[in-house]
Amino acid sequence: MSEVKETNGTNSTLTKKDFASDQLVRWCPGCGDYSILSAMQNAMPAMGVSKEDIVFISGIGCAARFPYYMDTYGFHTIHGRGPAVATGVKLSNPKLQVWQVSGDGDALAIGGNHFIHAIRRNVDINFLIFNNEIYGLTKGQFSPTSRPGLVTKSTPFGAIDRPFSAGELVIGAQGTFFARTIDTNPKLMTEMFTRSAKHVGASMIEILQNCVIFNDKTHGVVTGKETRDDYQLHLEHGQPMLFGAEKNKGIKLNGLKLEVVTIGENGVTEDDILLHDAHEQDATLHLMLIKMAPPEFPMALGIIRAVEDTTYDDLVEHQYEESKKNAKVTGMDELLNSGNTWVVE
Amino acid sequence: MSTQEKVQELEKVVIRFAGDSGDGMQLTGSQFTFTSALLGNDLATFPDFPAEIRAPLGTVEGVSGFQVQIGKIDIFTPGDAADVLVAMNPAALKSNLHHVRAGGNIIVDTDAFVEKNITKAGFEADPTEDGTLDDYNLIKAPISSMTKTALEGLPIDNKVAMRSKNMFALGMMYWLFDRTPEQTEKFFEAKFKKNPDLIEANKRALHAGFNYAENVEALPSAYKIPPAEINPGKYRHISGNVATAWGAMAAAEKLGKKLFYGSYPITPASDILHELSKYKNLGVITLQAEDEIAAVCSAIGASYAGEVGLTASAGPGIALKGEAIGLAGMAELPLVVIDVQRGGPSTGLPTKTEQADLMMALYGRNSENPCIVLAASTPSNCFEYAYQAVKLAIEHMTPVILLTDGYLANGSEPWKFPQMADLPDIKPRMAPADGQPYLPYQRDAEDLVRTWAVPGTPGLEHRIGGLEKQDKTGNVSYDPENHEQMTHVRQQKVDRVANHIPEQEVSGSGDGDILLVGWGGTYGALHTASTELRVEGQNVDFAHFNYLSPLPRNTEELLTKYEKVLVCELNMGQLATYLRSSFPKANILQYNKIQGQPFTVKEIKEQVTKNL
Repeated sequence: MSEVKETNGTNSTLTKKDFASDQLVRWCPGCGDYSILSAMQNAMPAMGVSKEDIVFISGIGCAARFPYYMDTYGFHTIHGRGPAVATGVKLSNPKLQVWQVSGDGDALAIGGNHFIHAIRRNVDINFLIFNNEIYGLTKGQFSPTSRPGLVTKSTPFGAIDRPFSAGELVIGAQGTFFARTIDTNPKLMTEMFTRSAKHVGASMIEILQNCVIFNDKTHGVVTGKETRDDYQLHLEHGQPMLFGAEKNKGIKLNGLKLEVVTIGENGVTEDDILLHDAHEQDATLHLMLIKMAPPEFPMALGIIRAVEDTTYDDLVEHQYEESKKNAKVTGMDELLNSGNTWVVE
Repeated sequence: MSTQEKVQELEKVVIRFAGDSGDGMQLTGSQFTFTSALLGNDLATFPDFPAEIRAPLGTVEGVSGFQVQIGKIDIFTPGDAADVLVAMNPAALKSNLHHVRAGGNIIVDTDAFVEKNITKAGFEADPTEDGTLDDYNLIKAPISSMTKTALEGLPIDNKVAMRSKNMFALGMMYWLFDRTPEQTEKFFEAKFKKNPDLIEANKRALHAGFNYAENVEALPSAYKIPPAEINPGKYRHISGNVATAWGAMAAAEKLGKKLFYGSYPITPASDILHELSKYKNLGVITLQAEDEIAAVCSAIGASYAGEVGLTASAGPGIALKGEAIGLAGMAELPLVVIDVQRGGPSTGLPTKTEQADLMMALYGRNSENPCIVLAASTPSNCFEYAYQAVKLAIEHMTPVILLTDGYLANGSEPWKFPQMADLPDIKPRMAPADGQPYLPYQRDAEDLVRTWAVPGTPGLEHRIGGLEKQDKTGNVSYDPENHEQMTHVRQQKVDRVANHIPEQEVSGSGDGDILLVGWGGTYGALHTASTELRVEGQNVDFAHFNYLSPLPRNTEELLTKYEKVLVCELNMGQLATYLRSSFPKANILQYNKIQGQPFTVKEIKEQVTKNL
């Protein structure tokens, strides 16, 4: 079962407040990170995991301050290396629920190597990327997700780098879980955090997050009151991919491409609309959904991919158990005395 | 042995096997070594092989060598110069001739000395014919063709048969040094259990070589190297890298913790990964990470989670790990980093030895970031220092860098191994879950060490990180005075480790005319040189450092007592510089060698004598 996990305790008596540390939260006023933090603290009590069994690991950046504000175990490490530290934590104590919090620069630029390999191994870690398409803490340089042409302090003539997205990397690295949510939708965030925690394997949530200072409203089309109905596609496994204020727009597969259609126009009926299958092993359609973006397409939100696969931590445990069965030596004294030894009288 | 009357007794002998890297010289050497160890000889080995897996056949670049010194006396080095060289082809002769002492014995496979090979090796004419080897006792043996003859009738092709020619050479050496092939036969019986033809082929080649040596008149008389006077006890043979791996495993077992090894393959450290990967059942987790940085960071994650976090590499990898080692220092987490030093800088000489990473170990991180730095000095004491590295990291909540080198890592020697009960206890300072608010950076007054609170422990939830932290609470702090105080505290914490390590020992009279100083893998040569000089009547004292940061408490007193201190290192003078800056009153002289090769005893003796 990819979405059911045993937990080793209950924290049902805890409330949101119990997950807030005593530290003053120091993000800029209006930063999208506040609502992410709040959604996480909201999600925690219902997960049924004891506070002491939860660990937040981060790298560097605004997002990486997250662990300081959660009253759980937390480790603020170095730039880009969060996935590697988190891997060490999870393999050493698989009972822990491990969260790894990054921004787009931390996860996809300096930490890109660790990110793809943690996903590839399918270590049971929950990864969050706060994607604001900019470097905030270093005061406004373009990031690997910045759109071409973006004028920043380091790109006064416009960014010429080709961007990529977290989801594309997850698919490329054979990821088993990818979801996308937005900082303006606390309910969706809380739901995604809960679903991610239940997924056995590396789960990755991209949170479209707003940096009010250096890249304000970069996701404005997706989040704006006037436009959001037309640019948010909320995916539910088994449900048709419908969106729009009237839920009359949908995604149709036309040959090898997706297209936006309107029910009732050009003979389109609900039967033409794709049903979302998050559990399909073949990631082709998931990748197409990940790549959808305004203005041609709505942004796909919710769980885009959630498939079962063996986790690295399970395989480590399995090899440990198997090796115990066939072990020739069971301790250091036996090892030291094994093989060719001789006695000098 | 039928030639008993020809046997001469020797105190010690140095033998060097050399051939193409595909000729099995490492196996030949290690078989000779193991058989000798079982006979009770003391010994030390030194493999010398190329970085390329199989450089072109017959070229000097592709030559692989293995040197072993065996003796009835204590042996501390693989020997300066070989008494016997076995050269399987002209290239092996070309690249190893300078390792043979004048008048030494050279055994060549004459079948390999054909024009093509001779030219390829860079000789103008056949060196076995043109007088090149007049200063040596040359023994020409048609090893290839006799191996082929010996294996006739076996259902194996010529190519496979030729792989046994190293055993013919080994058989000759067994006769020459009065030992039997029995142990090597057993080795092949176990190795090729499923392929009796290969067992038979190797046995036949061994015996053919043995018989050939006995019958041929060209060979000098057989030599006998009686057993050494070795401390009673149970012994095994061990290489530096295996000893390192086992030392860390022993420490983890003592603690009742898992050993987590994050690693990225690199010469000459990879054997530690290979060794540790075998022992999953003993609670060893190995992660072959995507890069050096992930390797150290995953180990830090393991330490944070309460297990033993270990990583190893060679210099280039340690350079990459620097920022993460700094994080462990800042967060005050235990971490063991092993640097199996090799020739540098950059990619340098991957398979050769050097001691040029000392400064990196001491200072190679951003800002003020002290670590405990240790160095092993023999292949077998890599066990002791790996154990000690884990013990100090955990008891003092700080990174420990253990320096070994390519010479120690691949070298091997007999080892009187300890029992687990003999090893000192390791006492982690776990935070008490007593219901009191947890202060992660509160310290004990004596050692300034904070406590360890491990995720999964109820009531001790806390946050740590690489940002400067307030004393006691660990909360992020930019307060100027707090930063200065914390910087001093982190330094003092490492300095006070001096109270937990032994004082520096000195061998010799204690009031010598000169103090010879070394550290790490040069111990064998320096010890042997100082011992021989004393026997020759020189008043030379010798101190070899295993603890480099902090230095032993008595270091200043020791160094300033001597009129001259001669620091010998395989670098441009890193320990010498460190000692001069730490103890300006000491008169520090230096002798350095940067050739990718260990010191010879002769070199050290010459330098000491020059400075007396």
